[in-house]
Amino acid sequence: MRVAVASGKGGTGKTTVAVNLARYLIGEGKEVSFIDCDVEEPNAHFFLIQEFDEEFKEYVTVPEIDTQKCLGESCKKCVQECRFKSLIWMVSEVLVFPELCHSCELCKLVCPAQAVLDGQREIGTVRHARKDKLKFYSGLLRIGEAMAPPLIRKVKEYANPGDVQILDCPPGTSCPVIESLERADFVVLVTEPTPFGLNDLKLAVELTRKLNYPFGVVINRDGMGDDAVLRYLDAENIPVLARFPHVQEAAQAYSQGKLLVDAFPEFKGLYQGLWMEINKLTDGLGGAR
Amino acid sequence: MKEIVVISGKGGTGKTSIVSSLAALGPKKVLADCDVDAADLHLVLHPQIKEKHDFISGEKATIDPELCIECGECREKCRFGAISDNFKVLPEHCEGCGVCAYVCPADAVKMSPSHCGYLYVSDTRFGPMVHASLGIGEENSGKLVTTVRKKAAELAREYGYELVLVDGSPGIGCPVIASLTNADLAVIVVEPTISAEHDMRRVHELTQHFNIQCLVILNKADINVSISERIKDYCHKAEIPVLGTLPYDIKFTRAQIEGKSVVEFDPHGLGKEIEKIWQKMMSF
Repeated sequence: MRVAVASGKGGTGKTTVAVNLARYLIGEGKEVSFIDCDVEEPNAHFFLIQEFDEEFKEYVTVPEIDTQKCLGESCKKCVQECRFKSLIWMVSEVLVFPELCHSCELCKLVCPAQAVLDGQREIGTVRHARKDKLKFYSGLLRIGEAMAPPLIRKVKEYANPGDVQILDCPPGTSCPVIESLERADFVVLVTEPTPFGLNDLKLAVELTRKLNYPFGVVINRDGMGDDAVLRYLDAENIPVLARFPHVQEAAQAYSQGKLLVDAFPEFKGLYQGLWMEINKLTDGLGGAR
Repeated sequence: MKEIVVISGKGGTGKTSIVSSLAALGPKKVLADCDVDAADLHLVLHPQIKEKHDFISGEKATIDPELCIECGECREKCRFGAISDNFKVLPEHCEGCGVCAYVCPADAVKMSPSHCGYLYVSDTRFGPMVHASLGIGEENSGKLVTTVRKKAAELAREYGYELVLVDGSPGIGCPVIASLTNADLAVIVVEPTISAEHDMRRVHELTQHFNIQCLVILNKADINVSISERIKDYCHKAEIPVLGTLPYDIKFTRAQIEGKSVVEFDPHGLGKEIEKIWQKMMSF
C-alpha cells in the first residue's frame, strides 16, 4: 500500500500529516517505509529519525564527447537534434552543458561515429535510515541542480514495496509531484481553510483527478479561516478524511520537530480515524498487507 | 531598474502575504508572480487581466495509430516511461526529447509544440502585474518563470518604473533558479521552525551559488523564540541583513480572507512594521 501525501501549496501541513501517520502506524505494529520525495527541501527526517545510517551520491547519464571519434563540423547531428540545447558547436568542437541535459540519449542514437560516451552529472544524495519498524528514505538535491524528478525516482527505487509506504510529496502540480505520485494507491491532499489553501487545493484536485488516483482531503488547522474549503469539497463530492484542529501548541510542537501523536493524545485518535478512512476508500488494501 | 525576488525555500512561511504588503508600499512598481505552480498573489491583488498570451514551450510526441506497427522501438528507447503498453504517449511523462520520433521505423510519431499554460499582463491597485498559470501537470515551469520575469522587466522599462517585485516559488529547483538568475536582491522569508530554518540555509546557499545578495525577513517570530534567535545568529554569522521580524498573527489570515494586503487590513499595527521593513529593504 502506497499512500502519497500531497498539496498544491507548501506549508499546509503535508509533512506533519505524513510523519504523524507514519508514527501512528508504527505504533500499531506496522512496518513502514517512509519516503521523503521533497528532495529540494526535505524535512521529514527532523521528525522521525536522529541521523542517517548511510548516504550516497546519485548521478544521471550525460553525454561526453570522444573528440578523437567526433566527425566535427561536417556532422554536428547531436547539436542539431538535441531539444534541450545541452550540446552546442563551439568553434572547433561539440561542447556539452550537462546541467541542461535531460539524459534522453538522443545524441548517442544519432551519432554516426559512436563518439558520444556516457558521462555523469551528480544530481544529489540519497539517504537511508532504519529505526525499529521504520525504514526511512530521502534525497537531497545538489544546490544548483534544476531537475528534481530523476533524484525522486532514485529515492523511491530503494523502498520495500511490501511495507506500508508513506510518501511525502513536494508542493506544486508539476513534474516533481507527478514523479512522486507515480504508482500511489491513494493520495491524501492536505489543505488549510484559507483562500490560498483553497486555491491550491483546487489545483491539486485537478492534478490528482487527471492522473486518476483515488484521493481524499485532510483539513489542517481547522478553525483558523473560513468554511469555503468545506463547501467546495461538499460540492465536488470529495471525501473529507480528517479535520485537524488549529491549536497554537501544535504549531509550537511542530516548530521543534515534535510529533503530534506523541505530544497530544487527542491527535492519536485523529490519525487513527484518518487511517480508517483511507482503508475504507481503498477496500482495506492497507490492512491486508 | 532593480529586481527584488522574495523566496522562502519552504512554502507556507508567509511569502505571498509579505509580497502583497510590500506591493502596497512605496512608489509604483511592476509585480510579478513567479510561483507559477501554485500562484496565490492574485487572490490579494485581484488583477484585471489586460492581456492573455499562450505559453508554448518544448514539444510533445503523439503516435499515429494508423501508422504505428507496434514494433516497440520507441518504448524501449524512451528514458521517461512515456509510451504505454498500447502505444500511446503519456503526456505527463513525455519530455519532448524526440527519441521516439527518431527511432520509429514507420514515421508514426509526430512532435508538436506543447501548450504549457498562459501568461497574463494585468492591472492592479498597486501597479501592473505579470502572472501566469501553468497547465496542470505541465513541465517547463522554469521557462515560464523566465518569461514572466522578462515581461515584467519590459513593462518596468516601458513605464519608467524603478522596481520589479517578484513573488518567487518554493524549493531550490528549476523554478526558483529561474526566479533568481540575475536578480539584484533576494529576500528570504523564514519562520522559526526547524524545517524552515533548514530550508533557509539551502536557499541561502543557492543565492550564493548565483552570487546574489540576500536579505531575511523573520515571520511568525514568536512561534519559537529560541529558533528565532538561532536564525538571527545564523544570519549574523553569514552576514545576511535581517530586515525585520513579524509576529504570528491571525490578522494575516483575516486579511487573506478579505482579499486585502496586511498593510491595508491593519495599517497601524502590522502595516507599520512592514513599512519599516520596506524602508530598510530600499536602502540596499
